[in-house]
Amino acid sequence: MALVNIKIEGKSYQVEDNLTVLQACRKCGYQIPSLCSYMDGKCSLASCRVCLVEVVGARGLVASCAYPVNEGMEIIISSPKAIEARRNSVELILSNHQRNCLQCEKNGKCELLEVSKLVGARDNKFMGQVTDATIDEVAPGIVRNTGKCILCGRCIEACKSIQGIGILGFERRGFKTIVAPAQNRSFASSPCMQCGQCVLVCPTGALMEHSEIANVDKAMKEGKFVVCQVAPAVRAAIAEEFGERIGTNGTKKMIAALHRLGFNRVFDVNFGADLTIMEEGTELLERIKKGGVLPQITSCSPGWINYMEYFYPEVIPNMSTCKSPHQMQGAITKTYFAKSHNLDPKDIYVVSIMPCTAKKYEKSRKEMEVDGIRDVDAVLTTREIAKMIKRSGIIWDRLPEDEEFDQDLLGQYSGAGVIFGVTGGVMEAALRTAYHELTGEDFGKINFEAVRGLKGIREAEIDVKGTKLKVAIASGMNNAKVLLDEVKAGKSPYAFIEIMGCPGGCINGGGQPYVKPMFLPKEDDNILETYREKRASVLYSEDERQVIRQSHNNPDIIKLYKEYLGHPLSEEAERLLHTHYDAHREKYPD
Amino acid sequence: MEKILTKEQLHAKVEHCSKCLDEKFNGKDGKKHLVICGGTGCISSHSDEILKHLEELIKEKHLEDKATVNRVGCFGFCSQGPFVKVFPEDRLYRAVKVSDVDRIIQEDIIEGKCITDLLYEDPVTHEKVERQDDINFYKKQQRIALNGCSMINPEQIEEAFGFGAFKGLERALNMSQQEVVDEVLKSGLRGRGGAGFPTGRKWQFALNQQSEDKYVICNGDEGDPGAFMDRSILEGNPVGVIEGMMIAGYAIGAKNGYFYVRAEYPIAVKRLQIAIKQLEEVGLLGDNILGSGFSFRCHIRLGAGAFVCGEETALLNSIEGKRGMPRPRPPFPAVKGLWGKPSIINNVETLADVSWILRNGGDKFAAIGTEKSKGTKVFALGGKVNNVGLVEVPMGTTLRELIFDIGGGIPGGKKFKAIQTGGPSGGCLTEKDLDVEIDFDSLIARGSMMGSGGAIVMDEDNCMVDVAKFYMEFICDESCGKCSPCRIGTKRMLEILTKICDGKGEEKDLTELKELADITKTNSLCALGQTAANPILSTMKNFPEEYEAHVKDKKCPAHVCKSMLKYVIDPEKCKKCSMCARNCPVGAITGEVGKTPFVIDSSKCIKCGLCMSNCHFHAISKQ
Repeated sequence: MALVNIKIEGKSYQVEDNLTVLQACRKCGYQIPSLCSYMDGKCSLASCRVCLVEVVGARGLVASCAYPVNEGMEIIISSPKAIEARRNSVELILSNHQRNCLQCEKNGKCELLEVSKLVGARDNKFMGQVTDATIDEVAPGIVRNTGKCILCGRCIEACKSIQGIGILGFERRGFKTIVAPAQNRSFASSPCMQCGQCVLVCPTGALMEHSEIANVDKAMKEGKFVVCQVAPAVRAAIAEEFGERIGTNGTKKMIAALHRLGFNRVFDVNFGADLTIMEEGTELLERIKKGGVLPQITSCSPGWINYMEYFYPEVIPNMSTCKSPHQMQGAITKTYFAKSHNLDPKDIYVVSIMPCTAKKYEKSRKEMEVDGIRDVDAVLTTREIAKMIKRSGIIWDRLPEDEEFDQDLLGQYSGAGVIFGVTGGVMEAALRTAYHELTGEDFGKINFEAVRGLKGIREAEIDVKGTKLKVAIASGMNNAKVLLDEVKAGKSPYAFIEIMGCPGGCINGGGQPYVKPMFLPKEDDNILETYREKRASVLYSEDERQVIRQSHNNPDIIKLYKEYLGHPLSEEAERLLHTHYDAHREKYPD
Repeated sequence: MEKILTKEQLHAKVEHCSKCLDEKFNGKDGKKHLVICGGTGCISSHSDEILKHLEELIKEKHLEDKATVNRVGCFGFCSQGPFVKVFPEDRLYRAVKVSDVDRIIQEDIIEGKCITDLLYEDPVTHEKVERQDDINFYKKQQRIALNGCSMINPEQIEEAFGFGAFKGLERALNMSQQEVVDEVLKSGLRGRGGAGFPTGRKWQFALNQQSEDKYVICNGDEGDPGAFMDRSILEGNPVGVIEGMMIAGYAIGAKNGYFYVRAEYPIAVKRLQIAIKQLEEVGLLGDNILGSGFSFRCHIRLGAGAFVCGEETALLNSIEGKRGMPRPRPPFPAVKGLWGKPSIINNVETLADVSWILRNGGDKFAAIGTEKSKGTKVFALGGKVNNVGLVEVPMGTTLRELIFDIGGGIPGGKKFKAIQTGGPSGGCLTEKDLDVEIDFDSLIARGSMMGSGGAIVMDEDNCMVDVAKFYMEFICDESCGKCSPCRIGTKRMLEILTKICDGKGEEKDLTELKELADITKTNSLCALGQTAANPILSTMKNFPEEYEAHVKDKKCPAHVCKSMLKYVIDPEKCKKCSMCARNCPVGAITGEVGKTPFVIDSSKCIKCGLCMSNCHFHAISKQ
């Protein structure tokens, strides 16, 4: 990369020549307020007009997020003209913004509010009519309120570049413009996978998860037996909500907090993950042995399931029929657990704490019940549970770190379950058990390093004592497409494919804490490039710490099969733990 | 038609066609040659029926050896259309009706007489003018971009050949790419779409790019209210524009060209399609044109009526099938344009000029105009002016010449107030600017701009605040909504203007209006937003007293803003006839016929003006 000489505020610097002015300034120690640029200070839209600076010789002010640096460039950030221009753009945006900031769910995490502060926006400037708002609360996963949208277009970019779908776009024009699915339809009646990647990038409260805190409150109030179960990826990120550095393991404090919130049981979905491995691993081996449809594709990610049903229904025969871990665990809670504790399953209320917005949809699918009893009753995102913890007065830093998940039939878990939260984790967990099933012994090194990493698409060939097993892993639908097209064309060379809806897997799910550099002054400059890796390392180290590292060695799982289910893929296991898919999906149920 | 695959074949064809066309015009074939305007304006005034009727009568009366008829492009003098012109006399009949056709056949064709009452009458001298060139409207005009319009049939490429088409391309093909760019640079041609960027420099950027694929795009998304230059050029001489595009394609190394034309221009699109098809048939579009090794193909894309798609990067998005929203620059289209490839976007008029320049030489073009703006410019002259129509004048013509000599002044003896140039992105020029020589820089220096050539004349009856509001309404509707200053700023400005026109303006509104205008100008992403406030800024600068009258005195001096005017009957002039009361839709006027003067109840009056227009005695006025 060639270097160019530039001047910022009269001081000379050398920067790489492929940077935008915004990126270059950041590297040199200047943070220009901006709204529409997100991922790395590069922006293809330049629409918010907040990051304006003066560049000597350029015609007018330039949008630093889209303007490339060049040799000899002189950048002036703090001229009166530039300061005023940035403030004016923000004031105009505010004049058309639903400003119920006090009650806004995004309060405290709103970039618009922060930028307003930074540019010194004046009160009540340029007030006038406000664009008619659409509030879409129909979809189970995501709520859209265009009244808070500033039309920065980040969500449009995210949906297009990460998932390759492009559900969102600009609709109408001029002052009436909104960001919406085509024809301003609801997310519920668009082929939206509810992954929530758009929610993660939204600077304001325009895109939020569909909150279910009130439902949980109600269940508690009604005296239900409320069981919470926490997904592996939550522990990798929840501490961020309480001001800790990204990559901090929050497991212990989280357990302590959940105990204090009044849940009757605090379980780990890792148990469900182990159960999934038993079922899914067996399913895979059956397919291999009996010449079934291969490759088998994982079914843990509900965003992926949505996408598959909309865009690749042809691969349904390849899909594992396993429910996702928390649904399995919910079903077991309301049968096996209920029976052992003499509880009426109707009185049990299962709350899943998930890194995911699509899980909110998944739990309301009609298939996700047994004998009329819903597997899971509510899904809270990592962000929602953090809110519940905060409102209860708990001081995170003072929480003890000596409490464990409740050990009550569904208590124990293996390290294999933990790594479900990161891309490649399900694959690795499955390989650990499959290896055992095929060879009768555990894989010596335990870890299958070949399937790890954060690259969008990965493939590996595992040598199971002479038997070669070709596998592939993809996260984010733009990557998954490549593998799926092969499957569709009957040219897939793999036996097993793991697909996760969000890039990096659940650690980067749509329900996880926001990673907004603006609010993370202590994080590294390149945190947007490294946060997934940091979160993933929490899960891998958690796995390393476990004594039991393989699902089939989890004593509670062994006990469950022995006492209740019989064996994987037994009739009862099929009834409780497996599902089917909709090849003719047009929209979400109302 | 036979193929034209070599330069020799082209020469032969051109020579033959020129001879045929000359014979038509000078009557050497012993026939009278009638041409009828086939522009959109005249067609809407039934010129098609006139043509059909002429053809039928000629057949019926067996006059085939005495007269031929032809449909041609726009004559420009639209307020006087439809036109029928008779060669070799060069006699122009205006405002021809279908019912006049019999007389034209009988009196002119058969009896050889001139039908004087169909001739143009000079409004000052009341003299009848027989020849087109003797009409004041045409005297100061010089046709380069409109070359061929009103002379040739745009649906027959032979006529275009007869008029010199493809001489420019042929000359270009004998030059190197750089020489062609140099020729355009030498001509001093600047983009006719609005900004006036030197065309040759734009081409040079694209020529310098290394890329297998490059594109030439013709911007025919003419969106300024009242502007129809591009439409008329495409309707009148599509081959000229295609030739210009091909020259551009050769110069930069592009093999494909796209015409982006508004879907509201069906006739232009149709003629363009016909011309492309005919040129493909003879081999002048396609591979190895004239044996030169240069290959080029033309494609047409229709714009769906978004003003912003005239902005070149929004236009590129639209061609690519995306929402028409501007892209940030850099990268400039010449580096990364259509589908990420080097592209140049030239206006219709620019490309029409290009073919003329290559045909006649850059020097000749550069000899016309002012120091920094060369050649001619087509204006769509409209509004409160006697001669409404399309005018092509050399750069450097003054506004006074444009409005008073060519335009024939203001109708009804009213006083000239302002001329809006450059459409919604331009500004108003006033009395004091009348002797300014029109060119790109002089107009910008005076707070307006050339734009694509819209020129709307306003008189004392126009309220300048209302005019600013009109343009802001337009811009507000047409803003693509992408960038916040334009999306929200224009709306806020419109709200303030509406408030002022509604008589609710406060002094602080004027300050805020100016502030918003400046913000939208400095902060917007594309030229649409950056220039959106020009009508406000220029009217505020030139007519501050009108704004103040609205805000401070709650008066609209031009009596346009309804909230601030009332209709009053002068009892002295009232003949007590009750005509006003009978026409009042809300019963706001009372009086006794023949006994008492009639009176308007302002609280009931809806200010529709029907009473005033129905009063035969001018007893009702606006106050």
